Amino acid sequence: MFTALTIPEMPAAGAVSYNGPSLARPVLACVPAGKLPSPAIALLRERIARIERIHAPGAADRSLPLGIEAIDQALPTGGIRLGALHEAASAGPDTEHAAAATLFVAGILARLEGPVLWVLRQADLFAPGLAAAGLQPNRVIFAEAGKDVLAVMEEGFRHAGLAAVVAEHTGRLSLVASRRLQLAAEQSGILAILIRRSPSFDDPALNEPTAAATRWRIAALPSPPALAHAPDTPGLGRARWQVDLTRCRGGEPGSWMVEACDATGRLGLVPDVFNRSVMAA
Amino acid sequence: MRRVVSVWFPTFSTDRLWRPEEARGSAPDPAKGQAPWNHSLSDLEGRGASQSVVTSRMPPSLPDHFNKRDRRGPAPFAGPGQSPGLPEITVTGRLVTSVNTAAATQGLQAGMKLAQAQSLVAGLVVHEADPAGDAVALRRLAEWCVRYAPLVADDPPDGLWIDVTGSTHLHGGETRLLRDLLRRLHAQGLAVRAAVADTPAVAHAVARFGGGGVVPSGAAVMADFPIDALRLPAGMLADLRLMGFERVGPLAKAARAPLVRRFGPLLAARLDQAAGRLFEPIMPIVPPALIQARLAFVEPLLTAEAFSTVIGRLVEIVCGELERAGLGARRLDLLFERVDGTVQAIRIGTARPGRNARHLGRMLNERLERVDPGLGVEAMRLIVAAADPVKLEQVSLVEPAAPDIAPLVDRLANRLGEARIYRIAPLESDVPERSVRLIPAMSPVIGGWPADLPRPVRLLDPPQPVEAMALLPDHPPIAFTWRRVRHRVRHADGPERIAGEWWKRDREWISVRDYFRVEDEDGRRFWLFRRGNGSDADTGDMRWFLHGFF
Repeated sequence: MFTALTIPEMPAAGAVSYNGPSLARPVLACVPAGKLPSPAIALLRERIARIERIHAPGAADRSLPLGIEAIDQALPTGGIRLGALHEAASAGPDTEHAAAATLFVAGILARLEGPVLWVLRQADLFAPGLAAAGLQPNRVIFAEAGKDVLAVMEEGFRHAGLAAVVAEHTGRLSLVASRRLQLAAEQSGILAILIRRSPSFDDPALNEPTAAATRWRIAALPSPPALAHAPDTPGLGRARWQVDLTRCRGGEPGSWMVEACDATGRLGLVPDVFNRSVMAA
Repeated sequence: MRRVVSVWFPTFSTDRLWRPEEARGSAPDPAKGQAPWNHSLSDLEGRGASQSVVTSRMPPSLPDHFNKRDRRGPAPFAGPGQSPGLPEITVTGRLVTSVNTAAATQGLQAGMKLAQAQSLVAGLVVHEADPAGDAVALRRLAEWCVRYAPLVADDPPDGLWIDVTGSTHLHGGETRLLRDLLRRLHAQGLAVRAAVADTPAVAHAVARFGGGGVVPSGAAVMADFPIDALRLPAGMLADLRLMGFERVGPLAKAARAPLVRRFGPLLAARLDQAAGRLFEPIMPIVPPALIQARLAFVEPLLTAEAFSTVIGRLVEIVCGELERAGLGARRLDLLFERVDGTVQAIRIGTARPGRNARHLGRMLNERLERVDPGLGVEAMRLIVAAADPVKLEQVSLVEPAAPDIAPLVDRLANRLGEARIYRIAPLESDVPERSVRLIPAMSPVIGGWPADLPRPVRLLDPPQPVEAMALLPDHPPIAFTWRRVRHRVRHADGPERIAGEWWKRDREWISVRDYFRVEDEDGRRFWLFRRGNGSDADTGDMRWFLHGFF
């Protein structure tokens, strides 16, 4: 909904909740995420964080920037927080295969160091495709867990040494189960990502509240011609995604248009919408 | 639910004399020779019998009614040789006591006179029967079978029991365990049949009278078997036949009291064991050469906390011995000896030889829930069923040590089965679905895939046919229909031509796939291919398939 760049700095009192469409009344938009509010608010946030046990020792505020300034500023820790649970899903009819979400996650993992546990329900992942996003095969251990995906994911948090645990989950995710995963991730300091898959188009289960710190929805966008000056030349350029941050604890949702991960897992800025946010539908 | 394997060697006395000189080179156990603790089958055969045996004989084949239940895979239980080999018998005095498959096909059977047998079959090889040697060889076979499950017992004169409850997942399921067991035993020249069932009695009967195979849990199969399947003395069987009982079913339905009065309690016990009403313990053998520790208790133990404490003590003792021997455990069996005389067992495996007492103890504790202590456990025994030398690694003071994920792999493997936790490694092949292979999670991945060839992140296996419109010979499709949804192609890249691998199959001699990366109106990217090169019908039928998603 909001990004920091379009909105001028506001006093902390403006942080009272405002969830309406932002473009109509941008002045009332909340404090730009990522900027420090007044000491009183900071104290309150810290107290809430202590109650929610967000900042486990060791994992406090370590995060991995996505590399796109606009997105990183929308996230309260300036990036994807390690030691927290994140959800990613593809949008539209792609949810069943979750190809865009998978690549998005692979790009994040590619920029971490250390081994990754990838918990599968069924084995349809193609490792050369992951390697193309920068996630090398010698870093990934796959576990086919069938129905035990979440339990195996939790097992992964009990072992220091992993950089991240990724699980592919189909169907509903209860608040209790996600809370359990979130707490386990906090205590271990390991990045936890759930790829939400669904056999049905626009599954309402994907919109139910969970305890995840962020929830991402990745949709493919039509890409421009491979050669901008010669649009009729056949070929494929870099893919484009619409990255929606549909839920963010301690931050504001947002929507951005980016270029898909390259061979080192980095997202790219879309030149023609540089510094400008796109409204989510 | 208890699951028991019964193994039957129909011609054990003669087969065991056959020293597989050729097969000795190909040991059944891949770990053979690396560690003194891993039994391999080739050193199990008795040495005393070898001098009387011709060395150049063909291995005996299995009876062809062998295991009709399992039809998966190409002749899974077929042995190395199909030739019937030389006829062999063993004799006691002048009486034939056992015959091998070749001799049986020529009409010989146990109980014949030797002279009659020799007159029927020319070139008969005759051995003196050696029941004591048979028993020793069977016992050694049982010790070797500890590789499959902790509870193994010999079932003289020619069978084995293996209680595989809770161990099958380490071998990829019951069917695969059975197949592996039969393959290895048969590679040693033993005719063998085996069955898995809920009770020892049913497994025993199915192995001998039902052709072997996996009996589904809870299936009642005994009714149609002849009464010989009940393991009763020959005299009792003859009497029962005189009374008109031929099959188990009618016998089980007959009034019990007169039968017990006439034949004693054994008949009733056997019927109850066959029906699963009476628990039949099997007394496991304990191989003497393994590292093990046993603790007996004054009072029977019942609680999980008590078991955990004992596990901690046992694991410490065992790890100390492993350290002295320079070994690490690959498989651990924990046996619970209950006050009622039965034995329960749990088994864990490790991805890498280890002797970290805390880690091993934790894995054993996790499986405690599978143990039913009954009225109490009076002793526990921890056995290192397999061990390998521990390789000590040089650590660097400068670089941070790579994180050790072996404990995680162990715990996941014990939870899901070893086959379901893996890495994916490259394989030299251009055909996409053949370019990956699964390797054990602890082995290093060497190499990679070509970075300049775009590959999807999700692959459909097998590729799904789509309806596509495209100009021949080498234009990408203009539109395609998959699952009744029409996608108009806006951008496309290709073709990337992948030729068949002629060295794999004749059909791939000239076959070709042309791959296109396409993007539809919504921006979704697909990996499509056309079977054939677009002009020559010999290279493929020009149909389009969807193979993956970017």
